[in-house]
Amino acid sequence: MTELVTLSIDGKQVTVPKGTLVVDAAKQAGIDIPVFCYHPKMEPAGMCRMCLVELGRPMIDRATGQPVLENGQPKIQWAPKLETACTNVVSDGMVVLTRSEKARAGQQEILEFLLTSHPLDCPVCDKGGECPLQNLTLDYGPGKSRFLYNEKHHAEKHVPLGELIWLDRERCIQCGRCVRFQRLVAGEPVLAFDERGRDTEIITNSEPAFDSIFSGNTTDICPVGALTTADFRFGARPWELKSAASLCAQCPVGCNITFNTRREAKSGGRVVIKRVMPRQNEEVNEIWICDKGRFAYHFTESEARLRQPLIRRNGQLQPASWEEALDLAAAKLKAAGKDALILAGGRLSNEDLFNLKKLADGLGAQSVLYTHVGGGDLVTQIGLASGTNLADLGKGDTILVAACDLYEEAPIWWLRVKQAADRGATLIVVNARATRLDKHAGYVVRYAPGDETVTLQGLLKQDKIGAAIREAGNLLVFYAADGLDLNGSTSVAAACANLLIETGHFGRPNNGLIGVWPHANDQGAWEIGFRPEADLAAALKGKTVYIAAADPAGDDPRLAKALQDAGTVIVQELFQTATASLAEVVLPAAAYTEREGTFTSGERRVQRYYPAVPRWAETKADYVITAEIGQRLGLDLEAGAPALVFNRLTAEITAFAGLSYRKLAEVRPQWPIVGRADLYYGGTTYENKQGLGVHLAAAASAGESPHLPEVRKGSGPRPQEDALLAVPVTKLYDLGVTVRSSVLLEARIGLPAITIHPLTAEKMGLKAGEKAMIGLGGHENEVLVKLDETIPAGVALVPRSMGLPVSAPAPLSVGKAK
Amino acid sequence: MRVVEPVVELARGLATTLRMIFGEKPVTVQYPEEKRPVRPRFRGRHVLKRYDNGLEKCIGCALCAAACPADAIFVEASENTDEARYSPGDRYASTYEINMLRCIFCGFCEDACPTEAIVLGDNYELSFTSRREAIYPKEMLIEPVPPGGQPTPQKTPPGVFTRSVPEMKDSQD
Ligand code: SF4
Ligand code: SF4
Ligand code: SF4
Ligand code: SF4
Ligand code: FES
Repeated sequence: MTELVTLSIDGKQVTVPKGTLVVDAAKQAGIDIPVFCYHPKMEPAGMCRMCLVELGRPMIDRATGQPVLENGQPKIQWAPKLETACTNVVSDGMVVLTRSEKARAGQQEILEFLLTSHPLDCPVCDKGGECPLQNLTLDYGPGKSRFLYNEKHHAEKHVPLGELIWLDRERCIQCGRCVRFQRLVAGEPVLAFDERGRDTEIITNSEPAFDSIFSGNTTDICPVGALTTADFRFGARPWELKSAASLCAQCPVGCNITFNTRREAKSGGRVVIKRVMPRQNEEVNEIWICDKGRFAYHFTESEARLRQPLIRRNGQLQPASWEEALDLAAAKLKAAGKDALILAGGRLSNEDLFNLKKLADGLGAQSVLYTHVGGGDLVTQIGLASGTNLADLGKGDTILVAACDLYEEAPIWWLRVKQAADRGATLIVVNARATRLDKHAGYVVRYAPGDETVTLQGLLKQDKIGAAIREAGNLLVFYAADGLDLNGSTSVAAACANLLIETGHFGRPNNGLIGVWPHANDQGAWEIGFRPEADLAAALKGKTVYIAAADPAGDDPRLAKALQDAGTVIVQELFQTATASLAEVVLPAAAYTEREGTFTSGERRVQRYYPAVPRWAETKADYVITAEIGQRLGLDLEAGAPALVFNRLTAEITAFAGLSYRKLAEVRPQWPIVGRADLYYGGTTYENKQGLGVHLAAAASAGESPHLPEVRKGSGPRPQEDALLAVPVTKLYDLGVTVRSSVLLEARIGLPAITIHPLTAEKMGLKAGEKAMIGLGGHENEVLVKLDETIPAGVALVPRSMGLPVSAPAPLSVGKAK
Repeated sequence: MRVVEPVVELARGLATTLRMIFGEKPVTVQYPEEKRPVRPRFRGRHVLKRYDNGLEKCIGCALCAAACPADAIFVEASENTDEARYSPGDRYASTYEINMLRCIFCGFCEDACPTEAIVLGDNYELSFTSRREAIYPKEMLIEPVPPGGQPTPQKTPPGVFTRSVPEMKDSQD
């Protein structure tokens, strides 16, 4: 039990845990103390003096150690001057006055002073309408200034801090929130103060400028319009926007977001998404999101989206009616029967996947998940259980990250793992190369490519690392497929699962296995019964393939070849992908932003998203398309509301038992309080009113004992003498179907590049930044060369989803660019 | 007695009638050939004003739309550059529409405007034959370029028009 302290704030008795700051204690009691520099997610800095209050403590008699009494009441010793509520910690008997005449005068003067160097361009400022400075000036400001207008401080008005964020130096009130966020929360100290006094200004000291994948969050917590996003620049006034609760679909973290939408003349009168804002979920993303989630939403409005069904006639894909297309697809699948194959991507919702699975079962066909990370069946057994919150991990706990570059694959997990390490959790990073997580790790274990499973199996035998794993209060293991293919990551998953099972770290909160999947709902697909296929090309042979939300042909020329050799190909997609171009029937799907549904995050949390914009052209939701095909085959599939599909799902799949849309929409009070009228406190993050989501029941928590999975002994391919081995790695900003429409991210996506060791480069006569020609899997591609001395010689890192055919470690030849 | 009184009353009434017929000048205005000047505070159709150099006063802030009790105004903003400048400062209204069927001519938009860009003018001749026509776009609302000014967009020297909101004296009629 934490020790409690009782104090009085504005005459109200407040009891809070010891160590609470006065400003937070007041907030908990419903009393607002104005702040600018203080933010509940960061240590106080006491820089802006906005939170001035009168503060007194009971006088203590030095001789007796007892409070001095006056008329039977403890005598209060008032601080001689106003004190900052954000830096003072509560103590028993403390008396705080936040609205007394003296306190108000102090607050007024601070505002008057701040405004002497503020441009007051509220009418054109993107923050106007949700601006803490505006609001506090109205509530606490003096109304008149004693300072001379002509002596106002002027500064540069639009300074690009990188391509994503704009800085208006005149609007900055030097609260330091952005600087502190980058240093303390994001761990990427790329912003700083420069100069001094009135000339103090924010600068970025990284190359490229503001090189952080969390930069957008600074625009949320900046208490003025000094930092705004390039994406939303003059997009709309905040009060004109409608909001829809949703989830980020870019990675398996499942960050809660809000889409702000508006009907727009520029978009031809369509309702479009104008910006993505974080929505608070303290157990998932707290109040943050990464820049990919914030800026890569433009695919919904892309004109390149498929508009209507297409059917191949005389070798050409031509527009057709839904009836025709569905009839044809159904006829082809019926004819194929058991020889059909359903290939689904993890971008689909649980409802979509459930209908696809039922269709596959009805046909007796195979249902395959399109992914390069294996081991999901183990995650369904010993994955995270209800009550898990990464924010609870700290001293005495251990986090193991294996074959995974969390920073690029799941940024918010990276952030939260880093924070757990900051709180004292032991972080063990096991990888073939250096990643950004290394500098926060207690132990970094490197293996030679091919040795990943052996290394993981040997961890327990190592003294300190073994102890850290065995004796961990809680043990979390993240794994993915960094440098590996599906088989490699399946072995890694098995080795990780063994560590957890052997040391008894499963079946309870904050313990278990987490797959860092390439998509938002891969975990859902595993739970529903989809399994990846080790040799997909062979499996496709002669099959009638129904592909939803996956682009195998675009990713790998071998799969394109396999699809050409397959029987009929039916593709359900957002865009005319390479795979769709090979299809016989193309079914245009609605984006997830245009409909309702649920995703299962990598932490096995099922969360709901809501429709934000109307459906594009003639598209239909994925589950509806599947259901309508199924109905033509005489199967009873639900094409009504997604909630109805979900009900069937919960009735059939044990892990989902007991869940319902209503349950997923439940909320609990969260701390810090954000998103209300007091934007100055937590920033412009939205309050979560639409559901925190629910963890799936882990088989292991239900008492089922998991069996130790067998770990494949054989190792993956190793680099050979005199030959380079290309290993696939994941890049945050890639050319994924849902990323590439975001023009703003172009520079961050960059050109395809391989990374090699400087010595290897020297041998080949290549320099950093030069172009080279690579040969991979029988294909030639031009790439940029990057150097990194932490990667093993003989290995080249090749990014996935950048147009390079790298689905598995494979030999690579490098030559000079033509 | 009873006969005399009504006759007198009748004569008085008739006298008024006759006086009106022959004595009063007609007040009828031969509209539309003839128009009566409006009062100084008359609130007629809106005009979007320009500065003397031709730049638009409107900066696309949408405060008028926010103030409008009838939700008659729609504003969408875009960014100015020195290559193509519509208004001083960063921002201008790329779409500005007023739905004259919704407008109640309250003048709140005038009051809300930080640059005195939108002004309810003298024009009361509003007629349209469809709901669509009742929506007046920016081209219809904006006043002509004053003599000596340039049409927008203008190419302007860098660093001159950096501020959106000019310093203004207390606004007048
Ligand atoms: S840019 Fe914003 S967050 Fe950063 S110091 Fe200035 S006012 Fe504070
Ligand atoms: S961390 Fe993942 S889920 Fe969260 S915003 Fe980024 S891409 Fe989206
Ligand atoms: S006059 Fe009144 S009703 Fe008409 S547009 Fe202006 S604010 Fe709206
Ligand atoms: S008319 Fe005035 S209030 Fe309306 S958008 Fe333009 S500048 Fe803003
Ligand atoms: S000094 Fe307390 S909020 Fe800034």
